[in-house]
Parts: sequence; structure tokens; C-alpha cells
Amino acid sequence: MSVKETELPHFKQPLLRTPFHNRARELSQHDSFVAWAGYTTVDVFTTPEQEYFAVRNATGVFDLTPMVKYRIKGPAAGRYLNHLVTRDVAKLKVNRVMYTVWCNDNGHILDDGTLFRLGEDEYWLCSAERQIDWLLDAAIGYDVTVEEVTEQVAALAVQGPTSCWILKQLGLAGIEQLKPFDIGRFAVEGVEVMASRTGFTGDLGYEIWMPPDKAEFIWDRLMEAGRLRGIRAIGSQALNAVRIEAGFLMPHYDFVSAESTVRLGRDRSPLELGLDWLVDFKKGHFNGRRALVAEQARGVARRLVGLDVAGNKPAHSALLYTEESGRQEIGFVTSALWSPTCKRNIALAIVNAPHFALGSKVWAEIYLNRELVWERRMVQAEVVEKPFFAPERRRVTPPADR
Amino acid sequence: MSGANGATKSYDVIVVGAGHNGLVAACYMQRAGLNVLVLERNDYIGGAAVSRSLYPEFTYSNCSYVCSLLRPEIMRQLELPKHGLQIIPYEGGCTMMQDGNHLALYDNHDALRREISRHSKRDAEAYDRYSRDVMRQCKFIKPLLLREPPDPTSFKWRDINELLYIGKRFHNMGEERMYDTVRFWTMSAADFLDEYFESEIVKAHFAGSSIIGTALGPRSPGTAYVLLHHYMGDIDDTVGAWGFARGGMGAVSNALGSSFKASGGTIREAASVSKFLVRNERVVGVALDSGEELYASTVMSNMDVKRTFLETMDAGDLPSEFLDQVRKFKIRGSSGKLNIALDGLPEWTAIPKGSPCTRGDMHITDTLDMMERAYDDWKAGRWSQRPYVDMLIPSQIDPTMAPPGKHYMSVFVQYCPYELADGPWTPEKRKAFGDTVIDAIARQSPNFKSLILHAEIRTPWDIEREVGLTEGNIFQGELTMDQLLFNRPIPGYAQYRAPVRGLYMCGSSTHPGGGVMGAPGHNAAQAVLRDLKKVA
Repeated sequence: MSVKETELPHFKQPLLRTPFHNRARELSQHDSFVAWAGYTTVDVFTTPEQEYFAVRNATGVFDLTPMVKYRIKGPAAGRYLNHLVTRDVAKLKVNRVMYTVWCNDNGHILDDGTLFRLGEDEYWLCSAERQIDWLLDAAIGYDVTVEEVTEQVAALAVQGPTSCWILKQLGLAGIEQLKPFDIGRFAVEGVEVMASRTGFTGDLGYEIWMPPDKAEFIWDRLMEAGRLRGIRAIGSQALNAVRIEAGFLMPHYDFVSAESTVRLGRDRSPLELGLDWLVDFKKGHFNGRRALVAEQARGVARRLVGLDVAGNKPAHSALLYTEESGRQEIGFVTSALWSPTCKRNIALAIVNAPHFALGSKVWAEIYLNRELVWERRMVQAEVVEKPFFAPERRRVTPPADR
Repeated sequence: MSGANGATKSYDVIVVGAGHNGLVAACYMQRAGLNVLVLERNDYIGGAAVSRSLYPEFTYSNCSYVCSLLRPEIMRQLELPKHGLQIIPYEGGCTMMQDGNHLALYDNHDALRREISRHSKRDAEAYDRYSRDVMRQCKFIKPLLLREPPDPTSFKWRDINELLYIGKRFHNMGEERMYDTVRFWTMSAADFLDEYFESEIVKAHFAGSSIIGTALGPRSPGTAYVLLHHYMGDIDDTVGAWGFARGGMGAVSNALGSSFKASGGTIREAASVSKFLVRNERVVGVALDSGEELYASTVMSNMDVKRTFLETMDAGDLPSEFLDQVRKFKIRGSSGKLNIALDGLPEWTAIPKGSPCTRGDMHITDTLDMMERAYDDWKAGRWSQRPYVDMLIPSQIDPTMAPPGKHYMSVFVQYCPYELADGPWTPEKRKAFGDTVIDAIARQSPNFKSLILHAEIRTPWDIEREVGLTEGNIFQGELTMDQLLFNRPIPGYAQYRAPVRGLYMCGSSTHPGGGVMGAPGHNAAQAVLRDLKKVA
């Protein structure tokens, strides 16, 4: 039975199932599913720890079908995108991918995502939020078509030190030649797939894009190909851990899209999120440029930074202060993790000026539940460089087999 | 209460009208230590928030029928849950379309997005931006509801302070939202919705709340605010949610009455006031239809401004310009109501089996044009031939309204004029109005007519006669910018005090307006307590 046939009307079953749903359900030991972008997806298959180490030690497979995908086509596609996003799209060559953000006129981030150049006049924009309304508004005056293709494409992230070897076993001949952010086309027993050397783990890894009706076939072949090299399906908990180590931002955790903020001051600019390197002021006009030029001139009021937190208790949602006494509040933690690979207690945090400078010392207020008794700890934290984990192997081409 | 020998017990305050605002005000004043008497013309309390049984074993919410705007602060401070008030949110809503399709609204965000996508993918995503912008405006307005509107022409410390408070809140919204506010308060609902949505059915569904209770069409400027007015409430902190009061809307009034009596207050039913008594420019009490006179140095009217000043006072006691402005205040009858006892649940051809969207507000107007045409009929002095209805079947959720398997249906109808072009309302015309509505509903439900056991049909004329609302206008005055804030009801008289000393207004004619909110009653009571130095 296909996934579609088992689906009830949306008022009885609001969440969609990905083409890998039946496979995921077989492997999920806890029935632990969560909603993500309108789909039901696995939170934990077995244990978050084992799934985490699959990515850092062997290979983890993550179903990223719910990632929202837009196909942008037409003679003006490149110019349109260059107006839309903060990076210089003119520099994006065919069969290359770039990470970027896009802003409203106030220079506040609507979303971050990856831009794939599939042909001379054809792109994919992958994002966390659905925003066809904005993308079409921004297309006024451009000869482009913007179409959401999320349901037309199934996708798997295959990430970890053995991922290249496994994909070679799967039959993706020549995949080892892909440099980071390259796109290649391959065939698995006649089934055409697209692979990009991209990911959300900060590690060696690839994303495989395929037609939904071939999804189960590819999944089965992939799992078989990786059997001897530690392949394992991972859920969103493990993914969250590796992306924090990589210093990647998660919408709804580290920032809120300006399309959904009700309160003033909750919007974030790319400069505030420490994404200055994504903003190309030299490329000419783009949405939000004027506001960002002004913000850069006056300096940001707050910035998202990496923290190295004392002790081993993750500083989830901790408020930050200048001193141990907790008199002056200067920010808050957005994501926190004890990093099993770095053996450091790490966090991403929004910190007010001037306390976000590298090397600044702040205090984090951590609450610990110890057998139902809540204890409060003030621990010191230092503003440090991101990413926390950046292995050489993520860049080496061709990659090692393990 | 007056004794048999004519000796009169004295009261600090007499409240005229036991509508929800009168009762709210009475509760606050009684709790502050004043001795309060509430007089009600009907032999039951509640005004337009009543539950009555007109057919065996059925209870109707005869006038107002759903609840959202009643301020949670009031429910809490007056201990209304302890006195029996329970409000249950409803599950969704829908508009049935003439082509057999429908648009449903679901609580679940993902289900809702997929549902709107059936009509327009773009609108499904624009909905989030629409909600955000509406929410931003609600956040600005909400704290103003339970405050006396400041007079911008006044140099009193209190007014200046309040203006500063509003100005600060306004400024804190940020530029974009400040621009939006002015647009929101002046635009038509159609123009406003056009900025977000492309699909006719989506616009028609959301436009419904911009015309309810209003003698304006969706293309009339000012209706965007009316839409917003219906979003300002919340149920258990879910902003914009609407729900059923268990036992019907009378449960609100009964809980208020019970709370009032528990704190020592007195209510006299079947006591119709004929005149406010004024001596030396000061109110001294009221005269009843029976000729009986009751005295108090403070009198508060829960009636609308026209009824209060044009019908229950001597013109000689009031300034002429003020009276003239009262005459010009817009209170226009635009809506009717059907309360129907059903032998079973109607089947809806447009709604898929199992959809919970019928457990909320249901509509049958699927384009803005159709809604505007319905308004055109009203302008011509006839009821809409294709009326807009806001219909609910609360008995699907509330087990107290009808016997098991049977259902109570509340149908709010727009538009229905107070005065018909072809002469006064007659029983025949009332029936014809009811038939027009029933026929319109029956087009979407083949078994609807056969299920009808009893129907109460109420025209604006009936509502005025039974409830006392001028022209049957549910808001005691249009909610348009010219009649809001410091201009509601009359410029210079927005702070609940009438031009006669000791006389106060607490009905929905005053800020912040109608919709079973209780805020006017609360604010009027605070004005009295301040004047009597009962609060700081």
C-alpha cells in the first residue's frame, strides 16, 4: 500500500506523510513522531545518542522531504533571486549551491535556506518556512515563475565520515569528485537521482534528491549499501545536536521569521545573527540593503554568538547576565548542548552589545531538575568562535572512505 | 425595595437595565461598598444576553449567541465561573459555496493550511501574515478596552496621562504597525482583505465579521475595524477564539446576577423606568411606569444613548447641542435572528462527512459581491433576498440546550431593516423574512426544512420591542471610527458621565462598544467610584 492510499482527509489527519513514512515507521522503536513543516517526521528512532554518533562516526540518514522547496524558473530568475537574497547570485554557477538568507525591506530575516542552480535559468530555493506569498510579491516586475515543489521531490540527507563510500556502493559513480556545494546527477539501477554535497551537520555529507515514487526503492538500496559501514536512520533530535556543533541556525529556535513576529524587536537581521558574510553590499540593490547599510554603520544592538559554558549541564533557555549576582540581564540562550564530540558544554545565544565580543565573559542562569527538586546554578560562559566542530573531512575532495 | 406603605429603602446607585453591562457595573459598585439597585423592564434579566425556553425542552440563546469578547479580567474579578459561567471554544467554522464546495476553518494550523490551499495555495500562506497583522493590532487595542478613553482636548492630568499611555503604546508598536493602525481603522473590509488574499471564498469567509451587527457592507470604509473588533477577544488566552457559554448566553447574565446578589445587591424585574428624575441639574432618581419613584444620588443607564436621553428624559434637562448629537448618533437596525428547534442534525451537501467544521460558525455567502448585494437590499428598505447568515448549532457541544439527538440552531441574519420600504412590519412580513432565511439555508441542506420543530423569528423591530435596543442594533451604535474612543457615544461625553450630574451611561453605546464584552460596564463603574472617591 502506498503512503497516499493510507492517508485520511486533512481534517482527520492534518500532517502529511513523506514517501519514506512506511520505512521510518518500521524502524521507529518509540513511535516518536513530531510535526515539521506540515509533515509527520521521526524525532527519535532508537536513542538520540546512537543516532548522533552515527553522523559523527559512520553515516546517519535523515529524511528531509518536508524541507520547503521552490522551483524558480525564467529568463529573469537570476536577477530576481539577486534582488531577493543577500548574497550575490550572479556568482552562483550552474550545478552549485549557496547558503543564503533573505530579508524584508527593514533588513529583517524572513528565512534562511539553500539556493540550488540547476540550469542557466532554473533554481531551487529550499527553506524552512512556506512563503509563496512573499516570493510572488517579490517577483513583481520579473519574468519568472515561482512554484512550490515540496511534494514533487523526496530527499534524504546522508551524512557522516562513511557517507561517500556508502554512496559509491549505492552506485553513484564519481560522487567522490563532488566538491562542497557541488551538484551531480547519478543513476541507481536506472533510477535518476540528484546529489548535492550539502548538509546540516557540518560534516562530510550529501543530500540525495529523487522522485517520490522511487523513494522506498532508493531507501532500501541505500540501507543495504551502508549495512557494513554503520548506516542508521536518524531523527530530528540527533540532527539538532549535530547542527548546534556545526553552529547552524534553526528557525523557531535561534530566530523567528519576520513574517510571523507580533512583538516589536523580535525580528532579526543577518548582521545580528552573525551572518555578515552572507550580505554582499557590493552587488547592488537587494531587499533590505538600505536598512542593513544603516545597521552596519551604527553597529548591531545584539548578536548571536557561540558560548562555551562551564560545567556539563546544557544551558537550555538560560538568561544571561554580566555578573554572577544576576543584576544586569544581557541576553539569552537559544540552543544548548553538551557536545559529545567536542567534550564541551556549548550554546548559541543572543547577547546584547557590547558583551558579544569574542572572549567576553557572561553568566548563565541554569535550572536543574534533580529528582523533582529544582536547583538554580549561575555558571560562567565565554563568547567563543563558531563552529564548535569543523572537521577537515567536510572539505576534502575526494573524501576518505571512512 | 419600596415597602407596601410607600416607605422607600435608599440606594446609593440605581442601574437602569439588567443587560450584561448594567450587571457588570452593578457588581463592581456593590463590591466597592455601594448599595446598588438594578431595575429591569422585562421579567427576566440579561437584556440581549438571555437564554429562554420557547419550545419544550429546548433553550435558545435568543439574541447574542456566542462569546469571546467578555473580558477575562471581569470573569475573574466577579467570580463568574463560581456563579456558573463556563465558556467552551468551538472547533472551527465554514462557508458553504454555491457550487457545492466549501471552505472550512480548523483549529489545527496544518489542517487549516491544507484546507485553504484547496482554494489558493498563496492564500494559505498569506493567512499567517494576515493573522500576524491582526494580532499586532489586537495587542495594541486590548489594554485600551478596560480604560476610560481620554479626552484629547482636555488639559486634566488624568486625560494627559492616559493620552501619553496610548501614545507610548502606539509608538512602541513600531513604524509599520503605526501606519497599519490608521489604515485598519479607516479601510473597508474588502480593501483590507484584498491586500492579503486572492480567493473570493477566503475573502468572503473572513469578511463576515466585518458586517455583523453593522449597517454597512463589506465595501464600506470603516468595516475593517469591525472585523478587528471581533478578533479582540480571547478564550483562555487564545486570541480571536469564540465559544459557547454553557447554557446559552443567558448563563453570562445569570452568573453576573448571581455574583451581584451574592455581594448584597438587589435586582427588581418587571420594573420599567419611564423617567430619570432631575432636580437642579442633578439626577435624583427614577420614576417607574407604575408611578412609583425611587431615589438615589447616582443613576446609571444601561440603555443606549437614544433611549436614555431622547425617550427617558425631559429635553429641558439637557443641552440642545448634546441632544442634537444624540439624535444623529448612528444606531441602525441591520440584523435579524432566527432561533430554531431541530428534530435532528441537518445534513450539509457541501461539507464532507466527519469534518468538525460544522461545530462552529457556518455561512452560505461565498463572495464579497453576494454580501454587498445583500447590503444593497437593506439600503432599499427590504430584507436581503440572499442573506448573510452566521449560523451555529451549539447543542452539538452544549448538552443543556436540547434533548439528546435534537438540536438548537442559532441563525444571525444580515441584512434586515428596521423600517421596510413598503410600510411597517406585520406578522406576514415577519414570516416571509423567516422563510427567505430558511429557504437560503435549505439550499445547502436537503433535510433542513423537514427537521424544523419550532422557529422564533426576530426582526430588528422585534428586538427593539423586546430588548429595548434602538432599532434592534446589537452594538447600541455603529462601530465606526466617527463613533469610537473619545467620540463614543458623543464627543466630550465619552467618559461615561452624562451632561446631568450623577447620571452615568454604561451600555455598549459607550467605549469600547458592543459584543458582550462587559468593558463599558466595568469602565462606567470605575468612573462612578472615582467620582465618589471610592477608589484612588
